[in-house]
Amino acid sequence: MARPLIHIPSDIRRGDIIEIKTLISHVMETGYRIGVTGLPIPRDIIEDFVCQYNGEEVFRARLAPAIAANPYISFFTVATESGTLEFSWTDQHGKTQVQITAITVT
Amino acid sequence: MAGMKDKLRRSRREVIRTAAMLAGAAGLARVIVRPAAATPEMLQEAIRAAVGEAPVNKGRVKLDLPPLVENGNSVPMTVAVESPMTKADHVKAIHVFNEKNPQPYVISVWLGPRAGRAAVSTRIRLADSQTVTAIAELSDGSFWSDSVDVIVTLAACIEETTH
Repeated sequence: MARPLIHIPSDIRRGDIIEIKTLISHVMETGYRIGVTGLPIPRDIIEDFVCQYNGEEVFRARLAPAIAANPYISFFTVATESGTLEFSWTDQHGKTQVQITAITVT
Repeated sequence: MAGMKDKLRRSRREVIRTAAMLAGAAGLARVIVRPAAATPEMLQEAIRAAVGEAPVNKGRVKLDLPPLVENGNSVPMTVAVESPMTKADHVKAIHVFNEKNPQPYVISVWLGPRAGRAAVSTRIRLADSQTVTAIAELSDGSFWSDSVDVIVTLAACIEETTH
Protein backbone atom coordinates (compact mmCIF):
# COMPACT_ATOMS: atom_id res chain seq x y z
CA MET A 1 0.00 0.00 0.00
CA ALA A 2 1.15 3.50 -0.76
CA ARG A 3 1.62 6.45 1.54
CA PRO A 4 -1.72 7.77 2.75
CA LEU A 5 -2.77 11.41 2.75
CA ILE A 6 -4.11 12.96 5.94
CA HIS A 7 -5.57 16.42 6.29
CA ILE A 8 -6.35 18.08 9.60
CA PRO A 9 -7.07 21.78 10.10
CA SER A 10 -4.25 24.08 11.15
CA ASP A 11 -4.63 26.26 14.25
CA ILE A 12 -6.64 23.89 16.43
CA ARG A 13 -7.95 25.10 19.81
CA ARG A 14 -8.84 22.86 22.73
CA GLY A 15 -12.43 21.68 22.44
CA ASP A 16 -12.71 22.35 18.70
CA ILE A 17 -14.59 19.79 16.64
CA ILE A 18 -12.18 19.11 13.79
CA GLU A 19 -12.73 17.32 10.52
CA ILE A 20 -10.10 14.71 9.64
CA LYS A 21 -9.83 13.78 5.98
CA THR A 22 -7.99 10.63 4.94
CA LEU A 23 -7.12 9.11 1.58
CA ILE A 24 -5.11 5.99 0.79
CA SER A 25 -4.19 4.76 -2.66
CA HIS A 26 -5.63 1.28 -3.16
CA VAL A 27 -7.36 -0.52 -6.05
CA MET A 28 -10.29 -1.80 -3.92
CA GLU A 29 -10.76 -4.58 -6.49
CA THR A 30 -14.27 -5.93 -6.06
CA GLY A 31 -13.67 -9.45 -7.34
CA TYR A 32 -16.66 -9.11 -9.66
CA ARG A 33 -14.79 -7.75 -12.65
CA ILE A 34 -13.55 -9.88 -15.55
CA GLY A 35 -10.04 -9.11 -16.83
CA VAL A 36 -8.82 -9.21 -20.44
CA THR A 37 -7.83 -12.86 -19.95
CA GLY A 38 -11.47 -13.74 -19.34
CA LEU A 39 -10.78 -14.69 -15.73
CA PRO A 40 -12.17 -12.79 -12.76
CA ILE A 41 -9.76 -10.28 -11.20
CA PRO A 42 -9.21 -11.46 -7.61
CA ARG A 43 -10.82 -9.48 -4.80
CA ASP A 44 -8.47 -7.08 -3.02
CA ILE A 45 -10.19 -4.87 -0.47
CA ILE A 46 -9.20 -2.72 2.50
CA GLU A 47 -11.66 -3.92 5.10
CA ASP A 48 -10.83 -2.01 8.25
CA PHE A 49 -9.89 1.54 9.06
CA VAL A 50 -9.16 2.77 12.58
CA CYS A 51 -8.18 6.17 13.98
CA GLN A 52 -6.62 6.41 17.43
CA TYR A 53 -6.13 9.71 19.25
CA ASN A 54 -3.29 9.38 21.76
CA GLY A 55 -3.91 5.65 21.86
CA GLU A 56 -7.67 5.89 22.29
CA GLU A 57 -9.87 4.69 19.44
CA VAL A 58 -12.05 7.55 18.21
CA PHE A 59 -13.26 6.20 14.87
CA ARG A 60 -13.53 2.84 13.17
CA ALA A 61 -14.91 1.87 9.77
CA ARG A 62 -15.62 -1.43 8.05
CA LEU A 63 -15.39 -1.08 4.29
CA ALA A 64 -17.13 -3.19 1.64
CA PRO A 65 -16.22 -3.53 -2.06
CA ALA A 66 -18.83 -0.81 -2.61
CA ILE A 67 -16.23 1.76 -1.48
CA ALA A 68 -14.57 3.43 -4.46
CA ALA A 69 -10.90 2.86 -5.33
CA ASN A 70 -8.45 4.98 -3.29
CA PRO A 71 -10.74 5.07 -0.25
CA TYR A 72 -11.48 8.56 1.03
CA ILE A 73 -12.93 8.79 4.52
CA SER A 74 -13.60 11.95 6.46
CA PHE A 75 -14.95 12.19 9.99
CA PHE A 76 -14.94 14.43 13.06
CA THR A 77 -13.29 14.38 16.45
CA VAL A 78 -12.99 16.70 19.43
CA ALA A 79 -9.47 18.13 19.81
CA THR A 80 -8.67 17.44 23.45
CA GLU A 81 -4.89 17.71 23.67
CA SER A 82 -1.72 17.74 21.61
CA GLY A 83 -0.29 14.39 20.65
CA THR A 84 -0.62 11.93 17.82
CA LEU A 85 -3.30 10.62 15.55
CA GLU A 86 -2.63 7.08 14.43
CA PHE A 87 -4.44 5.86 11.35
CA SER A 88 -4.38 2.25 10.23
CA TRP A 89 -5.81 0.52 7.18
CA THR A 90 -5.99 -3.28 7.11
CA ASP A 91 -6.69 -5.24 3.95
CA GLN A 92 -8.36 -8.63 3.60
CA HIS A 93 -4.98 -10.40 3.79
CA GLY A 94 -4.29 -8.84 7.19
CA LYS A 95 -1.68 -6.43 5.87
CA THR A 96 -1.78 -3.14 7.79
CA GLN A 97 -0.59 0.28 6.74
CA VAL A 98 -0.06 2.76 9.59
CA GLN A 99 0.28 6.52 9.36
CA ILE A 100 1.03 8.68 12.38
CA THR A 101 0.30 12.40 12.28
CA ALA A 102 1.11 14.93 14.99
CA ILE A 103 -1.70 17.13 16.25
CA THR A 104 -1.03 20.41 18.04
CA VAL A 105 -3.79 21.84 20.19
CA THR A 106 -3.45 25.34 21.63
CA MET B 1 -27.31 -11.06 -52.02
CA ALA B 2 -28.77 -7.69 -51.19
CA GLY B 3 -32.11 -9.34 -50.51
CA MET B 4 -30.53 -11.77 -48.10
CA LYS B 5 -28.82 -8.92 -46.26
CA ASP B 6 -32.14 -7.16 -46.02
CA LYS B 7 -33.73 -10.27 -44.65
CA LEU B 8 -30.96 -10.68 -42.11
CA ARG B 9 -31.24 -7.09 -41.04
CA ARG B 10 -34.96 -7.37 -40.72
CA SER B 11 -34.73 -10.50 -38.62
CA ARG B 12 -32.12 -8.92 -36.39
CA ARG B 13 -34.40 -5.96 -35.92
CA GLU B 14 -37.19 -8.32 -35.01
CA VAL B 15 -35.00 -10.13 -32.52
CA ILE B 16 -34.05 -6.84 -30.92
CA ARG B 17 -37.64 -5.74 -30.81
CA THR B 18 -38.76 -9.02 -29.25
CA ALA B 19 -35.95 -8.87 -26.72
CA ALA B 20 -36.88 -5.32 -25.81
CA MET B 21 -40.50 -6.31 -25.39
CA LEU B 22 -39.57 -9.27 -23.23
CA ALA B 23 -37.28 -7.15 -21.08
CA GLY B 24 -40.03 -4.59 -20.73
CA ALA B 25 -42.53 -7.26 -19.76
CA ALA B 26 -40.10 -8.75 -17.22
CA GLY B 27 -39.53 -5.30 -15.74
CA LEU B 28 -43.25 -4.71 -15.55
CA ALA B 29 -43.82 -8.09 -13.92
CA ARG B 30 -41.16 -7.35 -11.33
CA VAL B 31 -42.73 -4.01 -10.52
CA ILE B 32 -46.13 -5.62 -10.11
CA VAL B 33 -44.85 -8.56 -8.02
CA ARG B 34 -42.81 -6.48 -5.60
CA PRO B 35 -44.85 -4.51 -3.04
CA ALA B 36 -44.31 -0.76 -3.38
CA ALA B 37 -42.29 -0.10 -0.20
CA ALA B 38 -40.44 -3.42 0.11
CA THR B 39 -36.73 -3.82 -0.52
CA PRO B 40 -35.02 -6.96 -1.89
CA GLU B 41 -34.30 -9.86 0.45
CA MET B 42 -30.52 -9.53 0.61
CA LEU B 43 -30.79 -5.92 1.67
CA GLN B 44 -33.38 -6.80 4.27
CA GLU B 45 -31.16 -9.58 5.64
CA ALA B 46 -28.14 -7.28 5.82
CA ILE B 47 -30.16 -4.66 7.67
CA ARG B 48 -31.49 -7.28 10.11
CA ALA B 49 -27.92 -8.51 10.73
CA ALA B 50 -26.87 -5.00 11.76
CA VAL B 51 -30.02 -3.87 13.53
CA GLY B 52 -31.50 -7.07 14.94
CA GLU B 53 -35.19 -7.01 15.71
CA ALA B 54 -35.28 -3.35 16.75
CA PRO B 55 -37.61 -1.07 14.79
CA VAL B 56 -35.97 1.41 12.42
CA ASN B 57 -37.47 4.90 12.53
CA LYS B 58 -37.39 7.45 9.73
CA GLY B 59 -35.61 10.71 10.47
CA ARG B 60 -32.66 12.25 12.36
CA VAL B 61 -30.32 10.88 9.67
CA LYS B 62 -29.39 12.89 6.58
CA LEU B 63 -27.95 10.84 3.72
CA ASP B 64 -26.44 13.09 1.10
CA LEU B 65 -25.94 11.62 -2.39
CA PRO B 66 -26.26 13.26 -5.80
CA PRO B 67 -29.68 12.30 -7.27
CA LEU B 68 -28.16 11.86 -10.74
CA VAL B 69 -24.78 10.15 -11.04
CA GLU B 70 -22.84 10.09 -14.28
CA ASN B 71 -20.17 7.65 -13.10
CA GLY B 72 -21.07 4.98 -10.55
CA ASN B 73 -17.40 4.21 -9.85
CA SER B 74 -17.00 7.10 -7.46
CA VAL B 75 -20.03 8.74 -5.91
CA PRO B 76 -19.49 11.22 -3.07
CA MET B 77 -21.61 10.34 -0.05
CA THR B 78 -22.11 12.04 3.31
CA VAL B 79 -24.11 10.73 6.23
CA ALA B 80 -24.88 13.09 9.10
CA VAL B 81 -26.96 12.35 12.19
CA GLU B 82 -28.61 14.91 14.43
CA SER B 83 -27.19 14.23 17.86
CA PRO B 84 -25.68 16.24 20.73
CA MET B 85 -22.86 13.63 20.87
CA THR B 86 -22.65 13.66 24.66
CA LYS B 87 -21.80 10.67 26.87
CA ALA B 88 -25.48 10.18 27.60
CA ASP B 89 -26.81 10.71 24.09
CA HIS B 90 -24.62 9.93 21.10
CA VAL B 91 -24.47 7.98 17.87
CA LYS B 92 -22.79 4.60 18.29
CA ALA B 93 -22.72 3.43 14.70
CA ILE B 94 -23.80 4.28 11.18
CA HIS B 95 -24.42 1.58 8.58
CA VAL B 96 -24.98 2.20 4.87
CA PHE B 97 -26.64 -0.34 2.59
CA ASN B 98 -27.50 -0.51 -1.08
CA GLU B 99 -30.11 -2.37 -3.00
CA LYS B 100 -28.59 -3.49 -6.31
CA ASN B 101 -24.80 -3.81 -6.01
CA PRO B 102 -23.59 -7.44 -5.92
CA GLN B 103 -23.41 -7.08 -2.11
CA PRO B 104 -25.75 -5.05 0.09
CA TYR B 105 -23.02 -3.60 2.35
CA VAL B 106 -21.40 -0.23 1.70
CA ILE B 107 -19.78 0.92 4.93
CA SER B 108 -20.21 0.64 8.69
CA VAL B 109 -18.62 3.17 11.03
CA TRP B 110 -18.40 3.23 14.79
CA LEU B 111 -18.07 6.47 16.74
CA GLY B 112 -18.64 7.80 20.21
CA PRO B 113 -18.99 11.00 22.20
CA ARG B 114 -15.37 11.84 21.31
CA ALA B 115 -16.44 12.41 17.69
CA GLY B 116 -18.17 15.70 18.54
CA ARG B 117 -20.21 15.51 15.37
CA ALA B 118 -21.85 12.40 13.90
CA ALA B 119 -20.95 12.82 10.26
CA VAL B 120 -18.89 10.78 7.84
CA SER B 121 -18.04 11.24 4.16
CA THR B 122 -16.65 8.79 1.63
CA ARG B 123 -16.91 7.83 -2.04
CA ILE B 124 -18.92 4.79 -3.01
CA ARG B 125 -19.60 2.57 -6.01
CA LEU B 126 -23.08 2.06 -7.43
CA ALA B 127 -23.70 -0.72 -9.95
CA ASP B 128 -27.15 0.47 -10.93
CA SER B 129 -29.84 3.06 -10.32
CA GLN B 130 -31.09 2.20 -6.87
CA THR B 131 -32.01 3.17 -3.35
CA VAL B 132 -29.25 3.70 -0.78
CA THR B 133 -30.14 3.47 2.90
CA ALA B 134 -28.25 4.79 5.93
CA ILE B 135 -29.12 3.57 9.44
CA ALA B 136 -27.79 5.13 12.64
CA GLU B 137 -27.64 3.34 15.97
CA LEU B 138 -27.99 5.67 18.97
CA SER B 139 -26.70 5.15 22.48
CA ASP B 140 -30.27 4.68 23.77
CA GLY B 141 -30.62 1.65 21.46
CA SER B 142 -32.90 3.27 18.91
CA PHE B 143 -32.30 3.13 15.15
CA TRP B 144 -32.95 5.92 12.67
CA SER B 145 -32.68 5.89 8.89
CA ASP B 146 -32.75 7.84 5.67
CA SER B 147 -32.98 6.59 2.07
CA VAL B 148 -32.06 8.24 -1.19
CA ASP B 149 -32.92 7.19 -4.75
CA VAL B 150 -29.99 7.54 -7.11
CA ILE B 151 -30.02 7.34 -10.90
CA VAL B 152 -26.73 5.99 -12.29
CA THR B 153 -25.89 6.37 -15.97
CA LEU B 154 -22.52 4.54 -15.99
CA ALA B 155 -22.46 1.55 -13.66
CA ALA B 156 -19.56 0.43 -11.47
CA CYS B 157 -18.31 -2.98 -10.28
CA ILE B 158 -19.12 -5.22 -13.22
CA GLU B 159 -17.67 -3.47 -16.25
CA GLU B 160 -14.69 -5.01 -18.05
CA THR B 161 -11.21 -3.64 -17.63
CA THR B 162 -8.99 -2.34 -20.37
CA HIS B 163 -5.72 -3.32 -18.73
